[in-house]
Amino acid sequence: MTEALKPLVLVVDDEPQIRRLLAVTLEANGYRVLPAATGQEGLVLAAQHHPAIVMLDLGLPDVSGQEVLRRLREWSSAPVVILSVQDDEAGKVAALDGGADDYVTKPFNSAELLARLRVALRHATKQEEDSVFQSGSLVVDLANRRVTIKGREVELTATEYNLLRLLVRHAGKVLTHRQLLREVWGVAAVEQTHYLRVYVARLREKLEPIPSEPKLIVTEPGVGYRLRPAPTQ
Amino acid sequence: MSEGRPNPDALLAAIQSEDARTQRGRLKVFLGMCAGVGKTYAMLEAARRELASGRDLVIGYIETHGRRETDALADGVPFIPRRQLDYRGVQLTEFDLDATLSRKPQLVLVDEFAHTNAPGSRHQKRYQDVIELLDAGIDVFTTLNVQHIESRAEAVRQITGIAIQETVPDTTLADAELELVDLPPDELRTRLAEGKVYLPERVATARDNFFRSGNLSALRELALRFAAEHVGQDVRDYRHKHGIAEPWKSGQRLLVAVSASPTSASLIRWACRLSGELRAPWAALYVEQPLAMSEPENQRLSKHLALARELGAEVVTTSDQDVVEGLLRVARERNVTQIVVGKPAGWRMMELFRGGSFLNRLIRQSGNIDILAVRAEGGTLAGRPIRPRLKIPDARSYAVAVGVCTVTTALNALLQHWIGYQAVALVYLLSVVLLGIFVGRGPTLLAATLTALLWNYAFTDPQLTFRIDNAEDTMLFATYFVVALAMGHLATRLRAQQLAERAREVRATAMYLLTRDMAESGELAQLLGVLVRHLGDTFRADVAVSLPDEARGTLTPYFASSWSLSEKELGVATWAFEHRQPAGYKTETLNSAEGLHLPLIAGDRVPGVVSLRFHDSGALPPAQRELLEAFARQMALVLDRQSLRDSETRATLVAESERLGKTLLNSVSHELRTPLAAISTASSGLRDAGPLTPTQQSLVAELDEASTRLNRLVRNLLDLSRLEAGHLHPHFDWHDLQDIVRLALGSLGRALASRPVTVDIQLGHAPVRLDAALTEQILVNLLSNAATHTEQGTPIEFHARWEPDWLVLEVADRGPGLPPEGAARLFDRFQRGPQAAAGGTGLGLSLVKGFAEAQGGNVSLENRADGGARFTVRLPRVKMPPVPQDQP
Repeated sequence: MTEALKPLVLVVDDEPQIRRLLAVTLEANGYRVLPAATGQEGLVLAAQHHPAIVMLDLGLPDVSGQEVLRRLREWSSAPVVILSVQDDEAGKVAALDGGADDYVTKPFNSAELLARLRVALRHATKQEEDSVFQSGSLVVDLANRRVTIKGREVELTATEYNLLRLLVRHAGKVLTHRQLLREVWGVAAVEQTHYLRVYVARLREKLEPIPSEPKLIVTEPGVGYRLRPAPTQ
Repeated sequence: MSEGRPNPDALLAAIQSEDARTQRGRLKVFLGMCAGVGKTYAMLEAARRELASGRDLVIGYIETHGRRETDALADGVPFIPRRQLDYRGVQLTEFDLDATLSRKPQLVLVDEFAHTNAPGSRHQKRYQDVIELLDAGIDVFTTLNVQHIESRAEAVRQITGIAIQETVPDTTLADAELELVDLPPDELRTRLAEGKVYLPERVATARDNFFRSGNLSALRELALRFAAEHVGQDVRDYRHKHGIAEPWKSGQRLLVAVSASPTSASLIRWACRLSGELRAPWAALYVEQPLAMSEPENQRLSKHLALARELGAEVVTTSDQDVVEGLLRVARERNVTQIVVGKPAGWRMMELFRGGSFLNRLIRQSGNIDILAVRAEGGTLAGRPIRPRLKIPDARSYAVAVGVCTVTTALNALLQHWIGYQAVALVYLLSVVLLGIFVGRGPTLLAATLTALLWNYAFTDPQLTFRIDNAEDTMLFATYFVVALAMGHLATRLRAQQLAERAREVRATAMYLLTRDMAESGELAQLLGVLVRHLGDTFRADVAVSLPDEARGTLTPYFASSWSLSEKELGVATWAFEHRQPAGYKTETLNSAEGLHLPLIAGDRVPGVVSLRFHDSGALPPAQRELLEAFARQMALVLDRQSLRDSETRATLVAESERLGKTLLNSVSHELRTPLAAISTASSGLRDAGPLTPTQQSLVAELDEASTRLNRLVRNLLDLSRLEAGHLHPHFDWHDLQDIVRLALGSLGRALASRPVTVDIQLGHAPVRLDAALTEQILVNLLSNAATHTEQGTPIEFHARWEPDWLVLEVADRGPGLPPEGAARLFDRFQRGPQAAAGGTGLGLSLVKGFAEAQGGNVSLENRADGGARFTVRLPRVKMPPVPQDQP
């Protein structure tokens, strides 16, 4: 891959060490990195270089990460992956509901980080959706509304199917509780987290080989759920 | 501009009173025209219906008078046992207010609203018990005869000739729902003849008179009209609330003149009715005159003012030499449109001196204010004795007057020889004038008459007769008589004016000194000291101030008091504090107390209670009472301002410490975590970068573990400081407990090493409501604690199950168990068990406790019967709201 074809990642973080670490990791894996130390600088660089993806720290010294995200979203649809600290579930959820695509929590695992970037890029560039989703022995045929495991059809209720379809269409990407509840149960239900808990448990019963150790529908603590595209080995 | 458009303030008030009504209990009154119409029966029937609809209902007190049908109805309804009282050897039973309050039913039945409680009860009257029940949010059903309604008592007396002693203020019925229990008079008489109507002994004599057909019709009409007016009131409230224009022009204001005269009571009732009909606010005015009043007069006046207050009037006192001027001054100040006064019974001589009768002058000077002169009933009202004309202190002044006359006569007898009999009259005149300065009007007039006669008898020719022969002496006699009377009267007025001035000055000075001293003292202790001293001096009393303890909601006596409150007095003060009403000595509540306890009311707060034990007995005269109230208002304002200032300072401090704490937490968290994040990110990157040698792999693993441990330690320290600073605000939501357990186990990773963990969750997948992060940390800390205290390879068990009110999480191990001493201290900070392996800071368990308590739960620990320790965390169980079901 020539230098110019590599996707450009804008890293906005005030910690030089984190910026350096990210640069090393990303450049070793086929990305170009554009570092920015402040929110203001990040916004300017984003406007000048049109990065393929933006990694944004929420705790910036000048403008808050949320504000950078809001201003970025006014004109750009480039995927944004939030860099967040532990214990800041509220910040993550607000950023995700405010237009961010995904997040990684510091300290991050480099494999996980790269996976997130891949998913975000794929969703951003995808032209049309695949109508069939496959993960291990599970096949979800969106066109025919059929769900099978090892070829055996799985009976799902309408709500279970709606929930699964939503997760499948955003496979690999985190969906917040609010996003899931709004899409499946409507705007009035966005606070009713217990609906989700009940239906996710039912889906896991039907789809997961070991429901108590889910590999497919993964809980993102305090944030939401994520459908893993291919179960980890 | 306001035509047809509801005034927003009035609307707000209507809504607020509606609100207050829903929080308070609701009162339903079964109203009858007289005994025997079946009120208790109707009340019990209604109660049965409520009971059937599942209401928590008890009988507080009912009086069935042994009627079988009524007894049968009451049968099986739960009841509160009556309170037994021993009063001078007689066993009495009374409604048990405290038992009912602590039982706290939704609805309680209390018969006979107008009943007077036995001495020694908390309140004098049962309606006061009922008010307390309503205030406590308990609904009340009660019964009442129309004759016991304060504003109707007078009418009943006129109809039946029987004075009614037990009355209830109309205001108590203002928010009540009325149910009229009606029975045609003929039927009632039939029931009476059959002996179905119970009458107390003392009424039995009057019963034939009372139950005459004519009477019953009149009483029935009275009851019907009262009920109709009450409904009318509701309708008016409704119209008001819904902005329907009033059919009549408003802006009327009523003022009723009140005095110690026994006729005042019926005047007040009349004004109350009129104000109700006009929907006009009304006030009762007492014009204090310079002349001192006797004790019975004083008491009667207090009673009248209390009556007016009960009936809903604003009570105003002013002092003026002239009643007419005082009345009109206050009336103009308050934009009064109508003044209600009593029609005088007869003609009084003194009116001549004042330029016409009271009423004439009032009418002449009233300008555009309407004067309503009402024939005042009373005098023998409620069988009160007509006050004796001669009172003891007066008798003494009359004696003084006679003595002065005698002495002057003796003196004159001596002087006559030198100055002649005409100049002697001047000496007499002098004595009358001097007397007028020191004694009241009556004795002065007596002296004037007496000296005139004495002069005539002893000094004019022919001496020792009442005859006067020459025209000159006749002239002199007549002139003397008139001049003496006039001088005497003027002297009395002068003195009275002086007395009034002095009293006013004393009051003004007291008030001035109080405000001055308070303005000078800055601190609360000093302020209260000043208050106590001033009150004690002004009212000749021992004074105590009690301040509320905000945290506990109780009242604590303040040390700067000149009277240390006994337990009982403090109880009375507490009552006054809680009910925002005066209590104790000479009030209607708990009046067996030694002291008078006044709540200090500032807006909606009560910053304290002031208690006074007067050195002199007897009721406070109205002027003093008003001064005391002014003092109390002043104190309330000062205390309130002080407490506001205090809480402001406190709030600023708290905000400041919170801000500091947050800044510190944020910076520490950032400074520690960033390098840690860099370390673990780098080590994970190292592993992913390519194939490592076994040595490199184990070195990376060590790096990983070290940074995980450091990370957990930082997290624990931050959590702890957040917990200590009170910045921990649990964020409750619904979670799958399995997720949380999995996370906890995942984050422990290598720390558990080779200790197998069995997870047993007996909740199914029912979501639980808790703070996920805190609960995860509870589990992490309990599990790592178990790992720290046990050998490798020993199993650790986790159980989750329901108890009726709790979600129970248990972590059990097979370690050495708890140290015999100080199991409880394990939850203290930096406490480490004796067998703890190296590692672990002793923070974990204190965090577990803090996090459990932050979520409204608790933690306990015990040794297992078959070895090992078990930690049990209980978190409040919240019932899950329904989840919509769907079709396949």
